[in-house]
Amino acid sequence: MRDLLSINDLTKDDALEILDTAVQLSALSDSSNRKFPTLRGRTVVNLFFEDSTRTRISFEAAAKRLSADVINFSAKGSSVSKGESLKDTALTLQAMGADAVIIRHGSSGAPAQLARKRWIDGAVINAGDGTHEHPTQALLDAFTIRRHLKKDQGDLAGLKIAVVGDVLHSRVARSNVLLLQKLGATVVLVAPPTLLPVGVEHWGAQVSFAIDDVIAECDAVMMLRVQKERMEDLFFPSEREYARNFGLNAARIAEMKESAIVMHPGPMNRGLEITAEGADSKRSVIVEQVANGVSVRMAVLYLLIGGATSRDLAAQIGDQS
Amino acid sequence: MSVVLNAAEIARALRRIAHEILEKNHGSSEVILLGIPTRGVVIAQRLAQEILGIENAAVALGTLDITMYRDDLRMRAPRPLTPTQLPKTGIDAKHVVLVDDVFFSGRTVRAALDALTELGRPKTVQLAVLIDRGHRELPIRADFVGKNIPTAKAESVKVNLSEIDGSDEVKIEGRSM
Repeated sequence: MRDLLSINDLTKDDALEILDTAVQLSALSDSSNRKFPTLRGRTVVNLFFEDSTRTRISFEAAAKRLSADVINFSAKGSSVSKGESLKDTALTLQAMGADAVIIRHGSSGAPAQLARKRWIDGAVINAGDGTHEHPTQALLDAFTIRRHLKKDQGDLAGLKIAVVGDVLHSRVARSNVLLLQKLGATVVLVAPPTLLPVGVEHWGAQVSFAIDDVIAECDAVMMLRVQKERMEDLFFPSEREYARNFGLNAARIAEMKESAIVMHPGPMNRGLEITAEGADSKRSVIVEQVANGVSVRMAVLYLLIGGATSRDLAAQIGDQS
Repeated sequence: MSVVLNAAEIARALRRIAHEILEKNHGSSEVILLGIPTRGVVIAQRLAQEILGIENAAVALGTLDITMYRDDLRMRAPRPLTPTQLPKTGIDAKHVVLVDDVFFSGRTVRAALDALTELGRPKTVQLAVLIDRGHRELPIRADFVGKNIPTAKAESVKVNLSEIDGSDEVKIEGRSM
């Protein structure tokens, strides 16, 4: 594994290896031991063309706990705002010797472009690209589900997971559908028809237009953020109607299975896709998702640049000749 | 391929090491046995059994994964991590006995010492190994040795333990006889 661009690049075994590694790292982070020398001397660049708080901080915390040097590069106030191209930004990072570049970009496919053109030697990690994918979010969601419902063991076979809300714009939903199904879970997408993408029938997931039809049989309910910044096209008549038809409220939580959990990738719109009772209920694992995100990202960094990288191997070959 | 220790010899060596650990530390009350995965964990469990038999008192037992502290991480693909489990009391002010199967370059033990530094401040750190095959690359020695086996660097020592491998046996592979 050289880059992490899409869940499609992972085999089921790759995904389980990341989750198993994260289990060990999360156990160690709980003990007094919070810093490892593993990535000492490695440089990790956070290359963020879109605003993000939690994903960037999460990657930064993960890299620092592994002793990597972290460079934060956000498009605002940088050379990008002066019109620099992705290629020239990448070449600059290459010259600085970045071992991993964590990229978030508004355009779907930007991380793949960065990786395929090989403007940089380092590993490319997709931290969200357009409406395409957000693989580490899906991995941390799968980790959280596995921890609560499978005791950190094996895959997610036999579980049913609802993904509710703005599937159309959600890279989180797309990565989650791919990963959860790869791990053997059944996924049901719940949204108004206007917020489902064309071709959703090929995703392999079930589709429902009514949360009340499915909520009682699900083991986990993943609420997606209503992306107000993308809502200028009027995908639903009003926020109040959306909240009534698709929001997670106390009455719906009462319908859920005893063991079922409530998830949200954050940031939440309280009162819209989830009520305060939903967000703060005993079933909610939303804060825990954040902590798990650090462990999962540590695992991804360890597996991508903790061992021999292509650059290390090239140096070894150079030594021998 | 030649067998250098059979099951009975392994058992005798571990029984002796258990006695030596108790003698050196004046009993087992302040001792923590920390097995280094994979086979060090099994050997630590067996030493704990022996100590229970001798002293009629349980000894604290744990595992220490040293993967994240290795100095050769960048020379090969990333290795899978294994659990680190410490006794609830922690390791501060205790006599920690690291337990491994084969003592070779000393680099595993160096990594273990780094890992311990992060976890606390033991009173002493000691090292128990089933086999010492020589070829140290660092100034590190063992306190308790099951058997010293002179080897050539090209040979490899294989420790089989019934819990993992189905039988108890120590073999040298790659020896021309």
